[in-house]
Amino acid sequence: MKILVPLKRVSDPDNANKVKVTGGKLDASGLEWKPNPFDEYAVEAALRLTENGTNTKARVGEVVVVTFGPKEAETTLRAALATGADKAIRIDALDDALDGDVVARALKALVDKEKPDLVLLGKQAVDGDSNQVGQLLAEYLGWPQATFAASIKSNADKALIVSREVDGGALNLKLTLPAVVSVDLRIVAPKSVTSIHTPATHTYPDGVRFAALMAIMAAKKKPMTEVKLADLVTDAATKIKYTGFELPPSRKAGIKVKTVAELVEKLKNEAKAL
Amino acid sequence: MTNILIIAELAEGKVKKSTHSAITFARSVGAPFSILVIGQGAKGAAADVAAFGAAKLLVCDDAYLVGPVCERFAPTVAEVAKKGFDVVVVTASSFGKDVAPRVAARIGAGYVPDISSVKVDGDKLVFRRPVFAGNAYANCELTTAIKVVSVRQSEFTPAEPSGGASPTEDVALAAKDPAADRVEFIGLETAKSERPDLGEAKVIVSGGRALKEKFAEVLDPLAALLGAAVGASRAACDAGYAPPELQVGQTGRVVAPRLYFAIGISGAIQHLAGMKGSKTIVAINKDADAPIFQVADYGLVADLFVAVPELITELKKAT
Ligand SMILES: Cc1cc2nc3c(=O)[nH]c(=O)nc-3n(C[C@H](O)[C@H](O)[C@H](O)COP(=O)(O)OP(=O)(O)OC[C@H]3O[C@@H](n4cnc5c(N)ncnc54)[C@H](O)[C@@H]3O)c2cc1C
Ligand SMILES: Nc1ncnc2c1ncn2[C@@H]1O[C@H](COP(=O)(O)O)[C@@H](O)[C@H]1O
Repeated sequence: MKILVPLKRVSDPDNANKVKVTGGKLDASGLEWKPNPFDEYAVEAALRLTENGTNTKARVGEVVVVTFGPKEAETTLRAALATGADKAIRIDALDDALDGDVVARALKALVDKEKPDLVLLGKQAVDGDSNQVGQLLAEYLGWPQATFAASIKSNADKALIVSREVDGGALNLKLTLPAVVSVDLRIVAPKSVTSIHTPATHTYPDGVRFAALMAIMAAKKKPMTEVKLADLVTDAATKIKYTGFELPPSRKAGIKVKTVAELVEKLKNEAKAL
Repeated sequence: MTNILIIAELAEGKVKKSTHSAITFARSVGAPFSILVIGQGAKGAAADVAAFGAAKLLVCDDAYLVGPVCERFAPTVAEVAKKGFDVVVVTASSFGKDVAPRVAARIGAGYVPDISSVKVDGDKLVFRRPVFAGNAYANCELTTAIKVVSVRQSEFTPAEPSGGASPTEDVALAAKDPAADRVEFIGLETAKSERPDLGEAKVIVSGGRALKEKFAEVLDPLAALLGAAVGASRAACDAGYAPPELQVGQTGRVVAPRLYFAIGISGAIQHLAGMKGSKTIVAINKDADAPIFQVADYGLVADLFVAVPELITELKKAT
């Protein structure tokens, strides 16, 4: 199976340096870049689908990672190559010139060229929290989609049984490939991904794999190509225009109560919350 | 002239309450709106939203629409949207987030996800949405003729009926999307619970990793007493102490109840993103420096295994 994984680098909001807003503009300069966690989970899931878990060196499929961004974004792609992805594509673009719709239309054009069986991506990028690229792409491709996947079972690499995490429970779908699947947090649990290439008895460690030093060296030799955004979309205009940013209203600091009885008294008489 | 189309969400033959938040959006824009009640059982469900002042209830009821499989819904929603609507709105539930972008792509519309408010500025709509796990808010506009929007249930207080009865009109199923033939709906597993849904609860009792295997044993009696929904941190869900659908946060449910208890939860930004909008926040944590205390109205530094049973006793006394 050939899998395309779109991978975004995001500035880490979970950081001692918080996002700042100056004159209505967002200032993320104090934040560090890191791969979008959901995309790291997508890479891990893609690797699990294209290997025998008992011998992860031999590949039984192909994982292509792709990002939209400037030259520096290649660091994120290299890291994915070091954990096992087979090749990388960087679509040259500036973050400010993109929205989910342009990304999805460009990915559609890339899929037409690369012809993967599956596009596996994060359910949302944790900078914009948009949660839309997978769905837009699926429609542009005319492919079925399974968003918020918590487990994937590959059926002879032709179909997938996906359990989706939805409000109030789990929704199970069977998709015939090719398809688009967006992943949720729990896709990297030990038994969340099963494929015919790995014995059913095999259990993965929880979470994503780390790259060994040798693999980091070897990743430098793996193919990395650059594509111009204009080669994929003739109309690169975004549909969404951001006009300004603000900090959220901060909650006023509360008080510490000394006893449970005091807590109940305050909830009843002060907050009138009971 | 703005004309809004609301997509109702159905479950078990009823319109889900989450839909009322999309109605609130329409009312805050102040433009006429119609409601598309679509799904198996839509004919029966339409009555649930007849008294909210919609210009029309558009009803599409067909056995083909069994289960929330968005490939089956999107073509009809798109066809209806093109008949004179310029804003299409859903509530940003897992169903809304799944189907809305698909509809937008189908009709070449722009899509703004998960907005917290809307402002009418002349003939423009300015949408406000949280980004960076709620650490900033962005204002944005859409350049397209038709605009697709999903709204945050916790920020748009559910609309109440305004009386009257909207006229209904049947809508035929649009031509099928071939992609739908490649998705088979196997089933929906929902945990049976007498507790209210997290999105609708007035009181939520949430627990973190600290509860360990005693998660339900400690929290259920408190939730039962308060008629509350139970929530959880990601760490509690990941460890298997609580089922995943209880997760509150940036990547779980976003909630804003009248009263939120964070019990044995440290207060990571991803958790705060899902509950900061609550009216009153109570934190119980044995670490006086836990970040949760920075957003809590009432903080109690205590061992939860002692404090929660005591809380139950005191609450019984007080009510
Ligand atoms: C991409 C991404 C998305 C995420 N999304 C979410 C999300 O949606 N929701 C979410 O919650 N998290 C999310 N997280 C995880 C988040 O960063 C934290 O790891 C998580 O919220 C921590 O959960 P916790 O507070 O239960 O556990 P911990 O951080 O381990 O905190 C446990 C707390 O319990 C206290 N405690 C321990 N014992 C006792 C006791 N006996 N009595 C009283 N207090 C006690 C401790 O002092 C501590 O503060 C996300 C992370 C990532 C990377
Ligand atoms: N600039 C980008 N480069 C690569 N992948 C992206 C980019 N933007 C979004 N994606 C992919 O789309 C997913 C959903 O993003 P979003 O819809 O923006 O929340 C992400 O998890 C990524 O896999």
